[in-house]
Amino acid sequence: MPREDESVEAMEIDGQHQQAAITAVPDGFNVDYLRIYYGKLFPYGDFFKWLSYGNDGKHPGCDQSYVGRREFSFTLENDIYLRFQSFDSVSEMESSIKEKCPFKIDIGPPAKRHAYAQSGNNVFVPVERELIFDIDISDYDDVRYCCSGADVCMDCWPLMTIAIKILDASLRDDFGFNHILWVYSGRRGVHCWACYPPFRLNNEQRAAIADYFRVYKGGENAMKKVSLTGHVLHPFLARAYTNVLKCFFEDKLLLSQQLFASEERYQKILDLIPDENVASELHNKWQGNRRSSISKEDANATRWEQLKSTLQSGKHKGLRRCIEEIVFSYSYPRLDMEVSKHMNHLLKAPFCIHPKTGRVCVPIDPDNCDDFDPTTVPTLSQDIVSATIAESLQGGIRKLIQCKAPAVQEYLDLVKFTVTFQLFLPA
Amino acid sequence: MEIVRSHRQLAAEAASGVGGGGSAGGLPTYRVAPQLEVRLEEFELFAIDRLRVLKGIADGLSRGKRPEEMEKLVKELWKAHMRHQDPAETLNKDIISHFVLRLVYCRTEELRKWFLSMETTLFRYRFRLESLESQRMLMSEFQLPYKALPHSEFEAVKDKLSQVARTIGQSATVESVFFKVPFEEVPDLVACRRVFLSKGYAYVAMSQVVSLVVTQFRCNISKALVLTNRKWTSTIKEQEKDRLTPIVEALSNAYFGPDYSQLRENHHLKHGGRMQFGLFLKGAGLKLEDALAFWRAEFSQKVGSERFDKEYAYSIRHNYGKEGKRTDYTPYSCQKIISATPGVGDHHGCPYRHFGEENLRAALNKMGTSGHSLEEIMDKVKNRHYQLACTMTFEAAHGVSCDTGINHPNQYFSESQKVLKAKNQAVESQATT
Repeated sequence: MPREDESVEAMEIDGQHQQAAITAVPDGFNVDYLRIYYGKLFPYGDFFKWLSYGNDGKHPGCDQSYVGRREFSFTLENDIYLRFQSFDSVSEMESSIKEKCPFKIDIGPPAKRHAYAQSGNNVFVPVERELIFDIDISDYDDVRYCCSGADVCMDCWPLMTIAIKILDASLRDDFGFNHILWVYSGRRGVHCWACYPPFRLNNEQRAAIADYFRVYKGGENAMKKVSLTGHVLHPFLARAYTNVLKCFFEDKLLLSQQLFASEERYQKILDLIPDENVASELHNKWQGNRRSSISKEDANATRWEQLKSTLQSGKHKGLRRCIEEIVFSYSYPRLDMEVSKHMNHLLKAPFCIHPKTGRVCVPIDPDNCDDFDPTTVPTLSQDIVSATIAESLQGGIRKLIQCKAPAVQEYLDLVKFTVTFQLFLPA
Repeated sequence: MEIVRSHRQLAAEAASGVGGGGSAGGLPTYRVAPQLEVRLEEFELFAIDRLRVLKGIADGLSRGKRPEEMEKLVKELWKAHMRHQDPAETLNKDIISHFVLRLVYCRTEELRKWFLSMETTLFRYRFRLESLESQRMLMSEFQLPYKALPHSEFEAVKDKLSQVARTIGQSATVESVFFKVPFEEVPDLVACRRVFLSKGYAYVAMSQVVSLVVTQFRCNISKALVLTNRKWTSTIKEQEKDRLTPIVEALSNAYFGPDYSQLRENHHLKHGGRMQFGLFLKGAGLKLEDALAFWRAEFSQKVGSERFDKEYAYSIRHNYGKEGKRTDYTPYSCQKIISATPGVGDHHGCPYRHFGEENLRAALNKMGTSGHSLEEIMDKVKNRHYQLACTMTFEAAHGVSCDTGINHPNQYFSESQKVLKAKNQAVESQATT
C-alpha cells in the first residue's frame, strides 16, 4: 500500500502539485481512507444532536436514556454484522465508530429498553420512529432507457429529483411535517427521514401515508399499473401533476428517454391506452412516417401531441384520464412500501460511505434539488485529500472560499452538505 | 365553535326525535350489561321482538334496498316492534333485548357473524336518524371527539372538499358538515385518498364519520361476543340449564343462519300451522311463563322447523288472549295431524309423515338421536308407522320407555315434562343430547 498520506501531508498549497497529488490517489473505497474519514470528517456532533431530538440538553424535560435506547447496526469488513449497538453519549458513539470502522451504519428505532439489552431472543419493541422512505431508481427500469440496474446518469436522475419535490411538498402541506431530511443513498436512490414529533405513528398509520402516496401498482403481469379513477384527481395528485409531472414529462423525460423514438418504445405507451382501436390508429400513423425526415427530437414531441389530441377529442370521452395515467406511469414516485410501513426497519445513516461507489451519503436540500448531481458527489478519496489540504490552509473559511484549487472546492462542497444537514436539525 | 348545518338539516332535527325514542341518552352503545331485573317472560319476549327487527333488516338487505330505503325500513321496524309509549321503557327493552340476543348468538361463528352484521346495520341506520347533537354525543362516546369545521374555514376549503367528493364518486355538491381530525386518527380514509389533507389534518365528512362510528361499534360488539361466548361456555350455560339455557337454545333456532331465501318465504305462518301449534300449547295447560322453558326444550324441535319458533311467542300470546280474539279450540291429536295435507309453504303436519327424509334426519339428529336408534326410527317412518316413530324418538331422546305410545302431541309433552322433572330430581344426570 503506497504511502499516500505522507506525500499528501508534505505537499504545498500549489496548484500544480495539488493536481498531481490528487490523480495519484486511487479513487473509490478503501478501509484506510474510511478510517481517516471517521477520524476527521464524520459529523458526530450534528449526528448525535439529530437523534437526541432535544434530549441531550440539561433542561428538566430531557429523557437521558433516550438516545441510548436507539438501535444502530454496523456492517464491518467481510460482511460481519453487528446489531443492537447503542450509545449514551456522543463521545461513546464517536469512539465506537472510530474503533470499529463500520463499512455501513444503519439506524433503527428507539426501543422501550436499552438496545443492548435486546440481543438474543428478547422481543425488540420499537417505541416510535421517524417516517422513512426509500426510493430506488432501479424500480424505474421499465421506463428508463439510458441506464439500468445500479447505474445512474443525469438523464434519469431527474426522476429522483421530482420524487423529492412531490413527496416533500406533500409531507409538509398535507401531513404537516416540518423536519424532513433527504439523503442521497450513495448510488442510485434517495432516502427520506420525516420527523413528526413526537412521531408515535404506528404501523397502520405509516402504511396509510405510504398508501396515500402510492399510485403505481407494479407487478410483472399487470399491463397497466397506474389507474386513476374518478371524474377528477384528488387535490394531492392534481397538484403533483400540474406543478411537477406534466412539465417534467413533456419538457425533459420525453427527450431524455426518447420515449417515442422507436416502435418498441412507443408501443409500450400505446399499451397503456385501454381502447385498442385508438392505439392501433396511432400505431399505424407512426409506423407510416418512420422514414420521414423528421428528426428524432421532433418525433417525440410531435407524437406526444398527436396522442394527446386524439385522446382529448370529443369522441373518446372515457380516455381523458389516460393522458395523466401515462404521465404518472412514467414519472410519478415509486416507493418501497415495506420500508415505510414498519417501525423497526433499519435504514442507512446519512454521511456513510457507499462501499460500491465510495461516495458520501450526503443530504440533499429539497429546495435546490434540481442542482443535485449524483455524479459529482464527493467520494471518499477526494474527501480525504481535500480535507487534508484544507486543514493545512491557514486563515480559516474565508481563505478556503477564495482558494480556487479544486480540492478545496470539493471540501467546501462537503461542508455545504453538512450545513444542509444542520439546517434540517430540529432546533 | 359554530356547527355548520344546512337549512335542511335544521328542519329535520326539529321534526325528529327518533332513534332512541327521543330519550336523552339517544342511542345506547351496549358497552356494559345492565344491572336490571328481568322477568323471564320479558327475557324471551323482548328478544323475539328485537329478532323481528333484525330479521326485517336481513330481509331488506337481501332484497338489495338502497340506503335511503333501509333507513326508512329500520325506522318502521323499530317503531313496530320496539317502541313503547314511555321512552324509558323503550330504552329498557332495547338494552335488555340486545344482551339477551348476545347470549343467543354468541355460540357459533355463524351465529356471531349474522348477529354482528345485523346489529351493526341496525346501529348504522339508527345513528343516521339521530339528531346532530345526539350524533356528536355518540361520537364522543366512541372517542371520536371531533371538532366541527367553522364556517369560515369551510368556505376556504370548499373547492378542495368538492374535488375530493368527486374523486370518490359522490356528487359535487359537498356535504355541509365536516370535521377537522388529525390525519393519524383516520388511517383508512387517508390510505384511500378519500379525504382532503392540510397541515396534518384530515377533513372528514359527516357520512365518513358515520362509517368510523359504526366501525368502532362493530369492533366492540365483535369482541364482546367472543367474551360472552367464553363466559357462556364456561359458566352460564351450566348454571342456567334449567332456566335460561333452554330459552336461549330455542331462540337461536328461530333463525337459521344466512339462509335469506328461506326467511323470506316464512314471514307469515299459515293458518294450519298456527292452529296446530297454538292449540297444542293451550292444551298443555301451561301458563305462559312455564310453557316457555319446558316446551322449548323438547317439543319445538320435534314438531319441526325453526320457522315455527319464530311465531311461537306471538302465537302463545294470541292463545292466551294477549292478542286478538279468543276462540276455544281443542288441540289436534296425532291422527288428525298426520292426516293433514300441508301445502307449499305450510309448516304444520306431522314431521314423521310430512318431512322429507333428509329434513327428518336432521331434525332427529338435533334432538340427539343417531346411529342405531335413528335408523330404527327411519325404518318405522318408511313403513308409515309415524306414531311409533315418534314414540321411539321420545324414548331415545329421554332414555326412558313409553309404554302407552304417543298419540297426541300434548301427551308427548306431558310425558317429556315428567321425565325432565324426574331428571332434575335425580342425583345423576342421564346421558342425553
